[in-house]
Amino acid sequence: MSEAIRPHHGSAWVRIAPLLLLAVLWQVAAMRLHSRTLPAPSAVLQVLWAEVVSGELLFHLGKTLFRVAVSFVLAMLVGVSLGILMGRSRRLDRLLDSFLIFGLNVPALVTTILCYIWFGLSETAAILAVVVNKVPMVAVTLREGARAVDHSLLEVASAYRLSARTRFFKVYLPQFYPYLFSAARNGLALIWKIVLVVELLGRSDGVGFQIGNFFHFFDITSILAYTLAFSALILLLEGLVLRPLENRLNRWRT
Amino acid sequence: MTLHVAIHNKQWDDARCAIRGLQFDVAAGEFVAIVGPSGAGKSTLLKIIGGLDTRYDGQVTLPAATRLGTMFQEPRLMPWLTVQQNLRLVRPDATREHLHALLGSVGLQAYADHFPNQLSGGMQRRVALLRAFMVEPQLLLLDEPFQSLDAPTAAQLRTLLQDLCRHRQPSVLFVTHSLPEALALASRVLFLSAGPSRVILDWRVDLPAGRCIESPAVLDLAAQLLVRHPALLSGGVQTAPTA
Repeated sequence: MSEAIRPHHGSAWVRIAPLLLLAVLWQVAAMRLHSRTLPAPSAVLQVLWAEVVSGELLFHLGKTLFRVAVSFVLAMLVGVSLGILMGRSRRLDRLLDSFLIFGLNVPALVTTILCYIWFGLSETAAILAVVVNKVPMVAVTLREGARAVDHSLLEVASAYRLSARTRFFKVYLPQFYPYLFSAARNGLALIWKIVLVVELLGRSDGVGFQIGNFFHFFDITSILAYTLAFSALILLLEGLVLRPLENRLNRWRT
Repeated sequence: MTLHVAIHNKQWDDARCAIRGLQFDVAAGEFVAIVGPSGAGKSTLLKIIGGLDTRYDGQVTLPAATRLGTMFQEPRLMPWLTVQQNLRLVRPDATREHLHALLGSVGLQAYADHFPNQLSGGMQRRVALLRAFMVEPQLLLLDEPFQSLDAPTAAQLRTLLQDLCRHRQPSVLFVTHSLPEALALASRVLFLSAGPSRVILDWRVDLPAGRCIESPAVLDLAAQLLVRHPALLSGGVQTAPTA
């Protein structure tokens, strides 16, 4: 029994130890340098706590989280459909491939500014900017998935006259899980980054907006406090949602 | 269940003719083996009968709502479903007890919750064979299902197939390129010509039940057939001159 548990604990420590080490190094460096540009972790934690208590942090974090969630869902829906369609139809693929390459390479800053100019400094324009940045990457990943679909398994579904629903959920879609996951994980990472830029450029709330403010006042402690809160959120999401889900869906590979 | 097959013409994608003028009937409960050289369109023929390929000129007549069981050259189990889930895929109403009894009858009771890639090739094929029988088929389409297995495993699976067929009495179409395998399993063997394929010999097998590919009666008959029709397995029609 203890043997069954130990590897799990071990792997948790392996993940946490480097973070603790980094915190210690940071504290030591801050104490020795005495620089305004590198506040000590203790100072950062103090600010973080104050921001949590005042409700400021949670408000802005909530706004950012909302934008991330909405644009993530939209980008996945559009990207997955587009990718699968392009993987299935060579004509559609040839028709849209240049747009995809273009979309993959246009800097997020350009699409964001253009969205704000064309559609105004609105929530819709902000989310549209993020979605436009993200869709090509999802589409490219899912296109690979659609090209790799195993037709011999679809033939089994036809041979046994499986219903369209069973065929889709039990035979077709599982072939896309690895690609969906790769798109979701890389996509989430990209979206966090873009949402902050979009908030910095044209919103009056959210983590990106706050960090922009702190930059004006050269408030590095607050910038680091927000970064810390943000990183913690991402690690939680990864550890509590993404990784368990992925392990569950990939059980059969082991 | 009677199956009528009359395929006037079937072309490959490159417009070469695969099947021309191929006709035969299969009666209820009949075990028919189909033997022919590789490239004779045997797999294509099964796909047409199974409704997986509809681009041909001719008719395949089956009673409406005939239950079909199929086994391919590879096991083709869904790798993301357990053994049990793979069986339930084709038969969602199967009870847990029923599935366990079935798996027990082929020696796989301990593997119900294993994934296919945790099983040996022979075990995967046993599951694929069970899957074909799950739907209580009236017609079973088997496309060289025991190919690329070692001899003892293949023999074991043949016995299993014979047992299942004896109990359930489906009509069977069994494609193979092994004459002894065909003669050991089938009550009738259809020999196909090289492409474009058609039936060159329709042979009724009158041998005692419980035979296997190594039974003397099977090997004798195989030898006799080859003496009488030397080019039979390469799809030739010429008959040896009778002395």
